[in-house]
Amino acid sequence: MSEPVIRAEQLTKTYGRAVAVDHLDLTIEQGEVFGLLGPNGAGKTTTILMLLGLTEPTSGKAVVAGFDPLRQPLEVKRRVGYMPDQVGFYDNLTGLENLRYTAKLCGFRGKDADDRISAAARRVKLEYAMKKEVRTYSRGMRQRLGIAEIVMKGASIAILDEPTSGLDPQASREFLELIRSLKHDGMTIVLSSHLLEMVQSICDRVALFNRGKIGLMGRVGDLMSNVLGGTHVIRIDALGAGVAEAIAKVPGVSRVVPEGGRLRVEAIGDLRADIARAVVGCGGDLKMIDAGEASLEDVYTRYFEGVPNAA
Amino acid sequence: MPREGSAFAGVGAVMMKELADNLSSTRMRLLEGLIFITGAGAVYSTIGAVKEVIGEDPFIFLRVFTTGIPPLPSFVGFLGFLIPIIAIALGFDGVNGEFNRRTMSRILAQPIYRDGLLFGKFLAGLATIAMALTALWLFVIGLGILMLGLPPSSEEVWRSLAFLIAAIAYGGVWLALAMLFSVIFRSAATAALAALSVWLLFAFFWQMLVVLITPILAPADPYNIASQVHTVEVGLGIARLSPNTLFSETALAFLNPAERGQNLGVLLPAQLQGAISGPLPFGESVALVWPQVAGLFAAFILLFTIAYVLFQRQEVRA
Ligand SMILES: Nc1ncnc2c1ncn2[C@@H]1O[C@H](COP(=O)(O)OP(=O)(O)OP(=O)(O)O)[C@@H](O)[C@H]1O
Ligand SMILES: [Mg+2]
Repeated sequence: MSEPVIRAEQLTKTYGRAVAVDHLDLTIEQGEVFGLLGPNGAGKTTTILMLLGLTEPTSGKAVVAGFDPLRQPLEVKRRVGYMPDQVGFYDNLTGLENLRYTAKLCGFRGKDADDRISAAARRVKLEYAMKKEVRTYSRGMRQRLGIAEIVMKGASIAILDEPTSGLDPQASREFLELIRSLKHDGMTIVLSSHLLEMVQSICDRVALFNRGKIGLMGRVGDLMSNVLGGTHVIRIDALGAGVAEAIAKVPGVSRVVPEGGRLRVEAIGDLRADIARAVVGCGGDLKMIDAGEASLEDVYTRYFEGVPNAA
Repeated sequence: MPREGSAFAGVGAVMMKELADNLSSTRMRLLEGLIFITGAGAVYSTIGAVKEVIGEDPFIFLRVFTTGIPPLPSFVGFLGFLIPIIAIALGFDGVNGEFNRRTMSRILAQPIYRDGLLFGKFLAGLATIAMALTALWLFVIGLGILMLGLPPSSEEVWRSLAFLIAAIAYGGVWLALAMLFSVIFRSAATAALAALSVWLLFAFFWQMLVVLITPILAPADPYNIASQVHTVEVGLGIARLSPNTLFSETALAFLNPAERGQNLGVLLPAQLQGAISGPLPFGESVALVWPQVAGLFAAFILLFTIAYVLFQRQEVRA
């Protein structure tokens, strides 16, 4: 395996006595889509800022694209595109003017800059709005302009903080498609998100942050079997005394948890028939049974049930 | 921590962008209108009085700058008030504006240092001030030629150019102060108010303060000349903590060749002997106020350095 493009070793950031990131170890490989998950205040943004050299770590070190973000920040920032949480642009300038400014900051001039910008705008399907002032842009358009900036820069690594927050489902879907196409071009992508469904569908690996530490890290599928001890979650709406106990006795069921008036059952396979029999067998009234594959959300819920939460 | 790459990467790009913003902003239109109207008004009303002494004064043109007809202050007096306002208007939202627009972290993620952003913004503000003042200077000279019907002598041109440079430096001090507040306060309105309070203090209350404080710090003994001289010196020292004092003294020396220090509190040996009066050569006028000019630069460097250090330590997240 080649050298990882991002490596953090014992990366730590404290604010006064509060520890925002706590001895974090992390490696991200070339071409991966890596998700940073965790509740508010878990330290995702702080980690990202340290990787970019925008915040100085209290201790520990990071290597990004072969450079130290602290000593060689310009080298790192030339290769990494960053889209902050709630990305802002100059509202009084057009999309084009905004990108021209960034292009100049990156040292691209004249025709080179204009070619890069128009290619990037085409890539994110924003050509039609490039001559409009950014104040007229929707949230989704701003996000796409943020991606266009990263493409224009020719970054080999993109770090996106909450890229889909505030997007409607349609816009999110399009956005995910865009991220997939960037991955297809070989870009390494790190994104933080609360939208677990999205992370699940797009990330090769995820890290679950909690109180500045990574609680869990790995492929989504592996996490599911590790944390849930099975990959199936079945939701049941059933009335009757002792229903939960009866279900728990079904072989293969690992857990039964009440959830919003229903039951969430975690099992090693699709045991719907067995469970239905158990419910009926104990005199219960089965109103609904719904099998889904386990989602990252289930992993997340399960994980944070077990640990004291930060936020 | 040693770091690689130029601190000035991006200065040019930032400066050009900010300059374009400055020059196209409504804020700038308003300020330009304000200074041109007051400048033109001051000069126009002055020229009538100046005309009467044509032939008596070899430096008639410089009089256009320095003559005030009460209750109006002279053109120089007007600039002493207005330059800080322009500088504050250009600088008060320099850094916090980037945070408030949420552009700061995105811009700093480009391959530049924070230095580049701060220098670029400062240079753009200074260039804007320089352009406005140069335009105003040309306007006044032009008006003078038209109304007095004679061109300025070369010495008058040099002296008024030196004054122009001093005025720009004075603008630089206030710009650095405004940018310092834009680093300290996240709210642009607070930064503007803080800068305007400092301006009020120096423009209107400083002289009063000097009069109040000096006798406390250095009481004068009526029977002791040395102690009286000391009191005067302390008073001048305090007065010169104000950039406004430094500017008006510099302007006085540059624009009034007869000024030998009598109004600056400097006691030249020649003057003590009471031997010489009449105009000083330009070079000697410069030497006379060199400390004041240096003071303006020192104030600027101090303010800019504080702003720089604070900005380097600031968290980038809004
Ligand atoms: N400038 C600061 N001063 C003090 N504490 C800070 C500062 N910035 C962040 N923190 C703290 O560091 C911790 C981690 O914050 P961070 O923003 O990295 O979390 P996050 O995972 O990105 O959260 P979110 O999902 O809300 O974006 C939080 O507890 C936060 O309060
Ligand atoms: Mg965050």
